Amino acid sequence: MTDLAPGAAPAPVSLPDPTLGPGSTLAPKPVRFVLNWGRAYSLWVFNFGLACCAIEFIATSMARHDFIRLGVIPFAPGPRQADLMVVSGTVTDKMAPAIKRLYEQMPEPKYVISFGSCANSGGPYWDSYCVTKGVDQIIPVDVYVPGCPPRPEALLQGIVKLQEQIAGESLPQRYAQGSGQRDAASLRQPLIRPPEVTP
Amino acid sequence: MSETPATERAADLRAVTVGIGDGAAGFGHERGGGVDLATQDMVLNIGPQHPATHGVLRLRLTLDGERIVTCEPIVGYMHRGVEKLFEVRDYRQIIVLANRHDWLSAFGNELGVVMAVERMLGMEVPVRAIWIRTLLAELNRVLNHLMFMGSYPIELGAITPIFYAFRERETIQQVMEEVSGGRMHYMFNRVGGLKEDLPAGWLGRTSAAVAAVRSRLPQIEDLVFGNEIFRARTVGVGVLSPELIHAYGVSGPIARASGVDLDLRRDDPYLAYQELLDDGVLRIVTRSAGDCFARFDVLLEQVKVSLDVADACLTRLHELPQGPVNVRLPKILKAPEGSTYAWTENPLGINGYYLVSRGEKTPWRLKLRTASFNNISVLPQLLEGRVVADMVAILGSMFFVVGDVDK
Repeated sequence: MTDLAPGAAPAPVSLPDPTLGPGSTLAPKPVRFVLNWGRAYSLWVFNFGLACCAIEFIATSMARHDFIRLGVIPFAPGPRQADLMVVSGTVTDKMAPAIKRLYEQMPEPKYVISFGSCANSGGPYWDSYCVTKGVDQIIPVDVYVPGCPPRPEALLQGIVKLQEQIAGESLPQRYAQGSGQRDAASLRQPLIRPPEVTP
Repeated sequence: MSETPATERAADLRAVTVGIGDGAAGFGHERGGGVDLATQDMVLNIGPQHPATHGVLRLRLTLDGERIVTCEPIVGYMHRGVEKLFEVRDYRQIIVLANRHDWLSAFGNELGVVMAVERMLGMEVPVRAIWIRTLLAELNRVLNHLMFMGSYPIELGAITPIFYAFRERETIQQVMEEVSGGRMHYMFNRVGGLKEDLPAGWLGRTSAAVAAVRSRLPQIEDLVFGNEIFRARTVGVGVLSPELIHAYGVSGPIARASGVDLDLRRDDPYLAYQELLDDGVLRIVTRSAGDCFARFDVLLEQVKVSLDVADACLTRLHELPQGPVNVRLPKILKAPEGSTYAWTENPLGINGYYLVSRGEKTPWRLKLRTASFNNISVLPQLLEGRVVADMVAILGSMFFVVGDVDK
């Protein structure tokens, strides 16, 4: 620590990982039910509108299809206030780092719906040199909605599927150590490390 | 107290200007801050994911206080490389990609491609197909403009108009879906005509939809156009001069709002527009102010004109006898060697396709000339010296689609 070159960033302090305590595996079912029920029906959504599908996303939020009646609230001011990210449209290689960055800014628990063929797999741009073939290559996806663009009803169905998934979720499963979930320390580290300073 | 007539006093009262205190003394200065204050430039990134860019346009602004010193649009976040993909798709498959670059004017996009191929082949399109194409192109124009008539007020803080705009959009999308099967990407054009004939009774339902939209349009008009806040934020803001328009190749409603009277529907007629023009149904909407309000005003007026044109097409289609709507194509469609440039008046401006063929079943090169790219490239000129608050108003009034910018 003492021989750091001037201007170099200090090494990140490793804090103990937060846990839910030893009793979490014994959490009674009703509490889990209430928690999941609360989560499933107040999904603040952050629309990552990229292409054509974003228009259908807007159409879903409008009066005729109206996903607010399912508890999906499209007024999240940014990813930091959102529970659900809907990636609607073509993910390009240039855009991918921004998507990953915004996803990592979202607080847990967070869910992702991949809306449309492009976000699922590249869609009609499957052989393009600059399109990421599916957003699941950079962030984990919970529900895929197929279509090019999918109809608003398809998004509604996707949301219902996600709510079913949330309703069946158990906390120990989600927060189990080493279950593929990232630990707190890895979330705190910056996306791009500062360059190594050689003395 | 001197004796002043009542009328003069009233005029004085009206002329009172609201000040913002002594601190505003330096605001007349070219740059922000003030005459005697040393200021430092700040770089602000708008986007790539930002609600005001409706899409993923990124603007790199250099600010001096509230003033924009320079603006640099950074494009390419939506670049999907379609021009390269066109080269490995045959002429039927190209339509799929072509109607996706400007996703709000899908029909106009596919029209340009098929017109280019038809011209290369010297193909004659049946008259019935021409009228249906004209009708659908105009309905697509209405859909496009309604989207911007809803989204632009949102950017200025008025949420309500978009609900009205989307109700009208759904009304028209319903008939478009019935005829083509798609809500946004119609895939209804084929080289030599259309995919299939109209469903039975469709003309009547479309007439009803057009009438419904026309009757409810004044609701949006009343909501937005009389609104003081809307006017204050748009009138006189972001004036685009005809010189800039010519220099940057700006086209479409934005150019016509500045008095540049260019509309390919009249100046290089295609489809049935010449006849509609002669009948006086098709009017070219222009404004002279060139500010954000004029641009928005052109949209509304164009919607009205397009609805009239759609009605004229419907009447005409009622009279036309049943007949073919497409030409029988060979199994493998090859364009003869050569090149052509087909341009159309898309809802957002001039949309052109430069097609070079070497006699194979795929084009050798298909170059896109998109409206939004040119319309966006004028932004640095337009934003320089404005305040940040006007940036959103100006950016929104440029009516662009990011896919159309980045291709």
